[in-house]
Amino acid sequence: MKVVAPLIAVWAALLALLGLTVGASLMLTGTPSLVVSLGIASAKAALIAWVYMQLRREGGLMRIMALGAAFWLLILLGYLALDYLTR
Amino acid sequence: MTEVSYLEHGHSLKSWLLTTDHKRIAILYFLSITFFFFVGGAAAALIRIDLLTPEADLMSNEGYNRAFTLHGVIMVWFFLIPSIPNTFGNFLVPLMIGARDLAFPRLNLLSWYIYMLGGLFTLAVLVLGGVDTGWTFYTPLSSMFANGNVILAATAIFVVGFSSILTGLNFIVTVHRLRCPGMTWGRLPLFVWSIYATSLILVLATPVLSITLVLIAAERLFGVGVFNPALGGDPLLYQHLFWFYSHPAVYIMVLPALGVISELVTAAARKPVFGYRFVAGSSIAIAIIGFLVWGHHMFVAGQSMYASAVFSFLSLAVAVPSGIKVYNWTATLYKGHIALDPPFLFAMSFIGLFVVGGMTGLILAMLAVDVHVHDTYFVIAHFHYIMVGGTVSAYFGALHYWWPKMMGRWLPLVWGRLSAIFIFLGFNLTFFPQFILGYLGMPRRYHVYPAEFQTLHVLSSAGASVLGLAYLLPFTYLLYSLRHGEKAPPNPWGATGLEWTVPSPPPQHNFHELPTVDGPPYQYPVEPDAERETAHG
Repeated sequence: MKVVAPLIAVWAALLALLGLTVGASLMLTGTPSLVVSLGIASAKAALIAWVYMQLRREGGLMRIMALGAAFWLLILLGYLALDYLTR
Repeated sequence: MTEVSYLEHGHSLKSWLLTTDHKRIAILYFLSITFFFFVGGAAAALIRIDLLTPEADLMSNEGYNRAFTLHGVIMVWFFLIPSIPNTFGNFLVPLMIGARDLAFPRLNLLSWYIYMLGGLFTLAVLVLGGVDTGWTFYTPLSSMFANGNVILAATAIFVVGFSSILTGLNFIVTVHRLRCPGMTWGRLPLFVWSIYATSLILVLATPVLSITLVLIAAERLFGVGVFNPALGGDPLLYQHLFWFYSHPAVYIMVLPALGVISELVTAAARKPVFGYRFVAGSSIAIAIIGFLVWGHHMFVAGQSMYASAVFSFLSLAVAVPSGIKVYNWTATLYKGHIALDPPFLFAMSFIGLFVVGGMTGLILAMLAVDVHVHDTYFVIAHFHYIMVGGTVSAYFGALHYWWPKMMGRWLPLVWGRLSAIFIFLGFNLTFFPQFILGYLGMPRRYHVYPAEFQTLHVLSSAGASVLGLAYLLPFTYLLYSLRHGEKAPPNPWGATGLEWTVPSPPPQHNFHELPTVDGPPYQYPVEPDAERETAHG
């Protein structure tokens, strides 16, 4: 049960965040909606990486590697922003 | 006690299809990618025959589109990307670092099966009539208007992407975890450095392509607006996502070739490599900077000029680590005791063609000049100088250099030298006229063209026929050598590296006892095991 409990708790949290996403899309529009949606999506991704992908049990090197992957995503998004914001 | 070689350890089909031996899996890849090389080559032959005349004599417009798409898809994903890493990388990385296999042998076999599944999807695309979007699958053509087998082709590439990811992952873990005692990072062979850098790109870039292909399918099948402006999407977003993978993919194709050339040049010069740390570091630098240059494919696509300026600068910057390698190879050859063996001739061919391809890449990286030559045969010639003149030459160089190790048989050196020369001549005759064609304004992907371009097109097609025959030549004498070649000693070229310390072909588990490395790499000169020139010409 010790192993399963956190998994179920995260699953419930993910469902709750999904509910928040749906709610936010109904109540908010435009930039606030986008910011809230992206914030919730980031929280979901962090939960999955930390618990389901076992980063909480890994050492520093593995966590740095995971951050490296996030950095790679930042390169993609950063250059996309550079193009879209300066057209 | 003489150990049984990996080739003799089981002769049944099952022993090959269920093997987890990295060397046998390398041979499985070798056979598969050779098959796809000739299928992609057949499509190229159709293109070059069609371009002999200014009119559309051989194929319809639609047929021509499908021929060049198939050529691109097969050559990029089913030959070039897996070519050196999956054959020579698979065979050599464990041997070079003193390991008995890759870190995940079963995952390695699974990678091959996934590759074959992707290949079957591609053959299904071919049988069902092809796809006409070009290998780039640009939207909204691919997502809305193309009437070929877009989804099936995208599925093939999606599937084969997993093979790439798993192979890259396997190499990264192997290099981190399975190096033998004394094999520090500063003692790794340069080929291993290049495969490691390639693996980083495979793991980081390929998922982006997979997701992008899924988005095309979502838009095409369900009308989800991602790339189509009519649905609220942006076609340039597709180009950003596609090139975020596909430009680093260029380095997936060429980095392993650079590693091969470092080995070939050093062995041919019989001297320690000049500037080991810089050559190793430049592989990592190319892998990293290669991720930052993709926008140079979009200079005339409507991208912001500020973004274009940044991408232009970074594209010029990536030439620096590439230049480091070329200068260091040249310095390695300086005052070397050079043997004009086939691997060295292929290496020299590579260096010349890679430099031409690289320098024309600089021309294309310049914003103003790119406007003139974008989407012309100049671009076609440029990337074929890198991909074919570079990577395929290195692939054949590797094949000749490690053939005695892989098969335990000598190859006929005279024929090897001749084929290197014919491939070099055929290649230049095929692609150099295309630089001129492009500069004069011949667009890519057209098969009807003004009559004044015909002479250059005929020259190019004549070169392609020489090149095609020259590519067939090695397969004939290498096959011949399997039965009639003399047995190869463990170290026929007099090269350094752990792979040359084991018998040819290597035993099933590579090393009877794991080796210990106690010095820097490339401690030349080393005497070869046999007098090659007298015995083999």
